This record gives sequence, C-alpha cells and structure tokens, in this order.
Amino acid sequence: MALAVNDLKVWYRTRRGDVKALDGVTFEVADGEIMGIAGESGCGKTTLGKALIRLDTRMRHVGGTVVLDDDELPLADDNAMRRRRYREVSLIPQYAMSAMNPTRKIGRMIRDLLGSHNVRYSEVLPELERRLKLVGLEPDVLGRYPIELSGGMKQRVVLVLSTLLDPSLLIGDEVTSALDVSSQKAVARALVEFRDHGFVKSMIVITHDISVLFQVADTILVMYAGHLAEKAPARTIIDEPLHPYTKMLIGALPQVGDRYEEQRLEGIEGRPPSLLEPPAGCRFRDRCPLAHDRCAEAPPFREVAEGHHVACWAVS
Amino acid sequence: MLTLDHLDKVYRTGTFGGSELHAVRQVSLDVQRGEVVSLIGESGSGKSTIGKMVLHLLDSSGGTITFDGRDVTRLGFRARREYYRKVQGVFQDPFSSFNPIYKVDRTFETLRRSYFPRVSAASWREKLEDALAAVTLEPDDILGKFPHQLSGGQLQRLLIARALLLDIELLVADEIISMLDASTRIDVLNLLGELKGRGLGILFVTHDLSLGNYVSDRVVILYKGRIVERGVTSAVFGDPLHPYTRDLLASVPHLDRTWEEVEAEEAERTRRLAGRCLYHEAVAAQGRSLGEEADAPDGVPNGLGLVEYSPGHFVGCFRKAADEACPGSAGAAG
Amino acid sequence: MTATQPTAGPGTEATEQPGATGATSGAVPGGRKLGGDARETLYFALRNPKVVIGMVVVLGFVVLGLVGPAFLRYAPMDYAGPPMAPPSAEFPFGTTTFGQDVFAQFVAGLRSTFLVGLLGGGVAAVIGMTIGFVAGYRGGLVDELLNMLTNVVLVIPGFVVLIIINAYLGVRSVPMQALYIGVFSWPWVARAVRSQTLSLRSRDFIDLARLSGVGVGTILRREVAPNMYSYLFMTFVLLFGGSILTAASLDFIGLGPTNAMSLGLMMNQAVQWSALHLGLWWWFVPPGLGITLIVGSLYIMNVGLDEVFNPKLREM
Repeated sequence: MALAVNDLKVWYRTRRGDVKALDGVTFEVADGEIMGIAGESGCGKTTLGKALIRLDTRMRHVGGTVVLDDDELPLADDNAMRRRRYREVSLIPQYAMSAMNPTRKIGRMIRDLLGSHNVRYSEVLPELERRLKLVGLEPDVLGRYPIELSGGMKQRVVLVLSTLLDPSLLIGDEVTSALDVSSQKAVARALVEFRDHGFVKSMIVITHDISVLFQVADTILVMYAGHLAEKAPARTIIDEPLHPYTKMLIGALPQVGDRYEEQRLEGIEGRPPSLLEPPAGCRFRDRCPLAHDRCAEAPPFREVAEGHHVACWAVS
Repeated sequence: MLTLDHLDKVYRTGTFGGSELHAVRQVSLDVQRGEVVSLIGESGSGKSTIGKMVLHLLDSSGGTITFDGRDVTRLGFRARREYYRKVQGVFQDPFSSFNPIYKVDRTFETLRRSYFPRVSAASWREKLEDALAAVTLEPDDILGKFPHQLSGGQLQRLLIARALLLDIELLVADEIISMLDASTRIDVLNLLGELKGRGLGILFVTHDLSLGNYVSDRVVILYKGRIVERGVTSAVFGDPLHPYTRDLLASVPHLDRTWEEVEAEEAERTRRLAGRCLYHEAVAAQGRSLGEEADAPDGVPNGLGLVEYSPGHFVGCFRKAADEACPGSAGAAG
Repeated sequence: MTATQPTAGPGTEATEQPGATGATSGAVPGGRKLGGDARETLYFALRNPKVVIGMVVVLGFVVLGLVGPAFLRYAPMDYAGPPMAPPSAEFPFGTTTFGQDVFAQFVAGLRSTFLVGLLGGGVAAVIGMTIGFVAGYRGGLVDELLNMLTNVVLVIPGFVVLIIINAYLGVRSVPMQALYIGVFSWPWVARAVRSQTLSLRSRDFIDLARLSGVGVGTILRREVAPNMYSYLFMTFVLLFGGSILTAASLDFIGLGPTNAMSLGLMMNQAVQWSALHLGLWWWFVPPGLGITLIVGSLYIMNVGLDEVFNPKLREM
C-alpha cells in the first residue's frame, strides 16, 4: 500500500504573516520502501513529517492531498485523523526520547498509551516483549524508569512503541540525531529490521544527516526551503547527484579520509531565503552557481531518469 | 605549549557524597603551537570535562596542567585573568553563548572593559575589524545585531573572532560545529585549519570522527575518562588498534561504503587482534608481569597507561570498562 | 558528571518558527526579550487592561495619600465633629465614636500603608535576591548552607513570630514594623531567584563571561540579573502587596505601631469601639476596602505584567 502526496501546502500562521514552510510538495512512497528526507534547518522536512499525522495549532493545511493506502487522509480534521493516528500512521517526533515522563516506568507509560487507543496492554505484551528482544533490549526494561536507560536504549523503546500496532507508515523525525555514533548505528539498523520483518509497511526517515540515510534508506528526497530539490535511489543521490544543491551539500561533508591539507571542502555560501515572503522562481537561485535567467520561474519537479526526479532548469 | 599530565577529575555523588565518579582518569596529552589535537569520545567520555579543566571552568582533582612551561593547575583570580589572555574557548551552542537580551557587540565590550580599558575607540574598532576579517565576517552584517538575528555559523565565527582579539596561543573548541548545518560546518572547520596555519594551537573536542580526521594533526580517543589510543591522525585512523577505536570507526556512517562493507574490510584486522591486548603484550615484553602494573612504562597504575606501539602511535589496555578483565591476558585481571 | 547524550544536531537551529526570520532563528528562551527594547515593553504594558487598571487604582491611592493631607480640613486625631455621624458633605467618610474625621484618618493611614509596603518589600527583596543569586550561582556548600537558612526561615511561622516580637518588644514606628516584616517574607523570593539563577548559570554565556576575566559579582550584576529584570520587578510588586497585608493584619489585632494612624489600626479601633454593633459601617468599610483594593490591584497588575513580559502568554 502506498503513500501519495500531491501538491501539499502547509503554512504556519505567525504575527508577521504566513510562513510557507511546505509549499507544494509531490512525491510517492511505495510499499516496503524506506524513504529518507534530507535537508537543512528550515527546509520543511519536520513540517512534512508533522503534517502527515497532526497539524499543531499554528499549522494550516492550505492545499494538496495525501493518500495513504488509497484512502485520503483528512489532514485538516483533527478528530477524523484520530482514528488513523498510531494505527495507520505513526510518528516518532524529534526529541521523543526526552519526552518520556520521568516519573513513570516504561511499562506503565506504554500501558497508558495503548489504553488511550483502546488496546489492552495484556494482549500485546507478548508481542511487545518479542520486539524488545529483537532490538536488543531485555523485557525487564519495562520495569525501569527512563532515566535509567541510555539514549540509544530509550530511542529503541520509542521505536518499538511507535510500531506496536503495525502501522502502514512510520515517520521518524531525527531519530538518530542526538545519539552517540554506536547507538546511532544500532537504532538505524533496527529501523531497517522492522521494515524487513513487516512490522511497518513503509517508512519516512527525516534527518539532516545524509550519510545515515545512505546506510538505511532506499530512496532519498532532498528538500530546500519548502520545495523538493531532488529524489532518487540512495546510491544515485550520493554518487550521481544532479541538483546543484545536492551536489554542494554532499561536497561539504567531510568523510573519514578527507584531509584539510589535501582537499579543501567548500560550504555553501549564503542562507536559505525567508519563507515569509519567499522569492518567486527557484528558491536556491541566490546561492546557486548555475543560476540563469530561466530560474526566475520555479522549475517543476520532473522525472529525468528512471526513478530520479529533479527540480532544476540546468538539468532538464 | 600545553601539557596535561595524569589529569584526574573525580565527582562525589550519592547522598552525602559517599560514592565517587571518575570523569577523567590519568589523562596525559599535549598540544603544540600550530597544530590541532582532536579529543574524540562519546558522551560520558570526559572530553568536555577536560576542555573545561583546561579553561579553568572546573577544578581538577589530580595531576598537573602546564602551559608554556609554567604550572597552571591552580590559579587565583588574577592569575586566571592573565591565563585567559593566552587561552580561550568556544562552546557548542552558539545561541546559548550569547546573552539573548543584549546585542552581540556587548560580548566584545565585556572583553574590552576587562583587558583593553585604555585602548581608544578608534583603535578598538580597528582591532575588531581585523578580527572579524580573519573569520570572514563583514562588520556591517554583524555589529548592532541581536543573537537571534544571526545564524549559528555566524555566531560561532564571532566567538572565534572574540578569542582572536586577545592574541591567544591556545583555543579550546568544544563541539563547536555539532549544532551547525552541514553547509556551514565546513566553513568553520576551514577557519580552524587556517588559524592552525597561523600558529594557533587548537584542542578540538568532538564526537564526530570525520570532523576530527579532516582538520587535526593528532587525535586522542577517550573512553569513559581514560585515553585508549592516541597518535598522529593518519596512524590512528589508518591502523586503529584499540577495540573501542575500531568500534567507533565501524559505526561511522560513510557515504561510499555501507556498514556491512566496512565490517568486511575490518575482518582481517579483527582476526589479527582477536583475544590480544597490545598494551599488556608490551608490558610483558619489558619483563614485567601484569601484577607489577605499578611500574608500567609511564608510571601509571591499574592498566590506565599507554604504550608506544609504533612511533607516535600510543595505545592502552584493550579492555573497555575500568573494571572489566583485559581480553589479552589469560586469567590475570587488569 | 552525568552521561548525557550529545545534544541534538543542526535540527535545533530552527525549532520554533521555521524560516520565519529568514535566518535560522535560534531557540530563544523566554520569548523575544530584547535588551533596550523598553519601548516595546511599555507599549504592551500600557495596552494590557490588567496592568492599566491595577496601576490606575494603586496610583490613585498613592496620590490620595501624598496629596490628600494638604486638603484635609481636620487632623486625623482631632475631635472634629459630632460623634458617630454618617457620611456627609463635610465628613465624606463620616465620624468615629469620638467625632474624629474618618476620611482624615483614612488619608493619613494610606501613608503608613505605602511606607510599610515599600520598606518591607524592599528589605525582603534585597535579602531574598542576594541570597538567591549567591546560592544559585555558587552552588556547592554555600548553596547548601543558604538553602538550609532559607528553609528554616520559611518553616518558621512568620506571622506568629511577628506577633510575639510585636507583643514583647513593642513596635513603636512604622519603619521598624516594616523591617520585621521584611525579615520574614524573603524565603520564597530566595528560592525563586535561586532556581532562575541556577538555570541561567548553565548557559554558555556565563562561562564566556568568566573567560573574559570578569568577577562573580559583576557577572551576577551584568549578566544574570538583567535576564530576570521582569521577574525581579514582579517579585517586588508581590512583596509590596504582601507587606501591606501583613502589616494591616498585625495592626488589626492591635500589635502595630501606635504612634501613627494606619488602615489596620482604624479597623482595630472600629472593632474595639463596637462599630459593628452600632452599625457604623463607614468606619471599618473604607479601610478594609482600601486595603483590599490596593493589594488586589497589585496582584492583578502582576498577572498583567506576566503577560507583558512573557510574549508567549499574549494572545496572538
């Protein structure tokens, strides 16, 4: 069952006007696919993740549709979405592991959460324990307080918890960001295992760390200032990126082996545009070395090769 | 220039301070002029603690710190002020480093009042512009603005400029780019490289090995407060010896190889080093048994010391936690 | 040293309003409090109904207390007119059982009321803030000792001690009463200031000030306190009101200074001379109402100020 997002627009209401955080985004995620969304601060990836499950009070659904499993998601209607949350679409929000109630034991917290979705804790307990073991945790973790667990362990608990009811779509927002590098590897691998075991049908992994995406994702979607820049299979994005932003972004990542003396890496000058009054045309224009007159008009997000979409005049 | 010798930091924890927590154990390292030494470790490794002790924001519990030949382990208020003319720090969170209710200029003002009270306004302005130019910032973009009006990258560079105003010899950079976007990280890193070229010594504290590799001359790998391996960057990353270093390197997400491919590559080294402990082998080769740790090569007891495996490449006992048994020796504990 | 995970990566740069200010807007704690933007604060203060109404009421009484005595026809203790006379044109608040002008007493009483509020509040503020700053900043043994002191004074039933002091030592003057009240009202201030200082202490700009060779006192004065100006101001307002209330209560039970008229003393005398039974409502209602209005307005003003200083509480 697939996810199809079509021209999704989600804006934030602020005192100074509308911040066009997500301004017309179209893509698909196939069954069994892990799609990674990469981008820097303010590109809209977190907004996208949140929009697919619950708009908070400042967000407004301005246009576009989201179809999951042939069923349109009523994004703007909080009550109607309630039925689908956690069972069909599940989100691991940013900072999830810090959001656990420190005065509740893990097991108790899970029981409460399941209870609010009308699921009996005792019924899912065997499955819960099985999955905890799968990610390398002992079932006795249910009797512990969050403070007794390390970051990596907490994140894995959150992962198990979020997928307990086998949702069709799991959205993970920066799930590996606040972790040590070894925990990061464990959690990233756990994500893939969950997909392989069929606990989750498809996954969207949102992160600023594109190298983690290379390790776990099938496709990578690169976002910039509320628009999509490029989408392609993970290997292709890394080895043969087409969009100038993607190229420069990857060129700015030092790998173990790059040395300052030998090969100076370059950053990207300038800053992303203000999303209060975004410029017409391509939003990367000011910082792009390939910018030309045509860029005054926003390039469409087009498929230029098999499974490879780019939004850039210089490419298509 | 800077030498840490058997530095310790112990915290008292528990009710009435009954138990002890060794945040830093017997750490010895040095930083010379014109070089970048990376202090690499994960959370809880004590790397930030070491940084803070060097900056005298924390008191050490044992060992010595020597700077330019003088013992600076304990400093009174006046001596500390003088010390700060030569040693400065930049921290992880650029937005926390500025008082949010004031403009960023105030940071420079505080410095001026403290160290340059008799400098004229014109020459101060000139100094400022020089320092800002050194970090590639335009004075007009920066001065008169509030912290939240600038980006993280600009703020970090501002903080480096502030340190440069004092003509320092050593900069302690504590995770200075982990909160920045990928596209600006490299600019700040390049700046560090440039400063190194101008003779500044930099102690670069980080958890990210790729960053450490890019800009540093030597690396120090920390685990739970003790140094497990150190040496010239190419040696340590090219031929990692300690199990922890190898774990770290194997966990880094690369852009050209998957984790599985890395593990396959490392298989040969794993085979070669399995069940051994190079530290204790070296100790044994010097005719000492494990029980005689007290006379270990560098005089450090309890297997916390390092041996020089190859020139410039030091490694410590292969056990991970302080109370674990050493994998190399059959039977005898570390 | 707590083994905390490394704080989240670049995602923290734009958590609040994505791209709203064009730059990656940092997580600015405590709302957008800009130093030197007193004008903006004033603007909002003058538009907040609670602040304005509260201030008007209190200022009205202040003016009455300051300027009123010049317009009085009779001195408070003079036997000015017929006893027990209800309010009239000549005696706006009527007379007491002795024929004293209640209005004159009321105006005179306002002076001592405000004096005790200012002095008592001031003493408590100074003690509390000093202890709070030092305990919060220094930590360690100093913090422990000051905490112990704070807790001891907190637990002592302040009012009872004041009664005893007043009964045995006798309080002759308003400033002495204010001093005694101040000495027992500071613990909550110390605790609140301490916790604010503790949280500011962990911010990097304090470390940076230390790295600039700045001493402790200067840091507290120039870096810590300015971040808390609004809070300190509100604390003072509350102390002011609290002192007035305590003084009035003491006066009411007859343990206040006897060499000056005060509102509480008026009520005390009214009860003593059976004003209730005799139906002389004009003797005890004005002072009671006066105290209620003054203290109540101060508290309401405080609530309004909270909204002014914390932009997040303002309605969008």
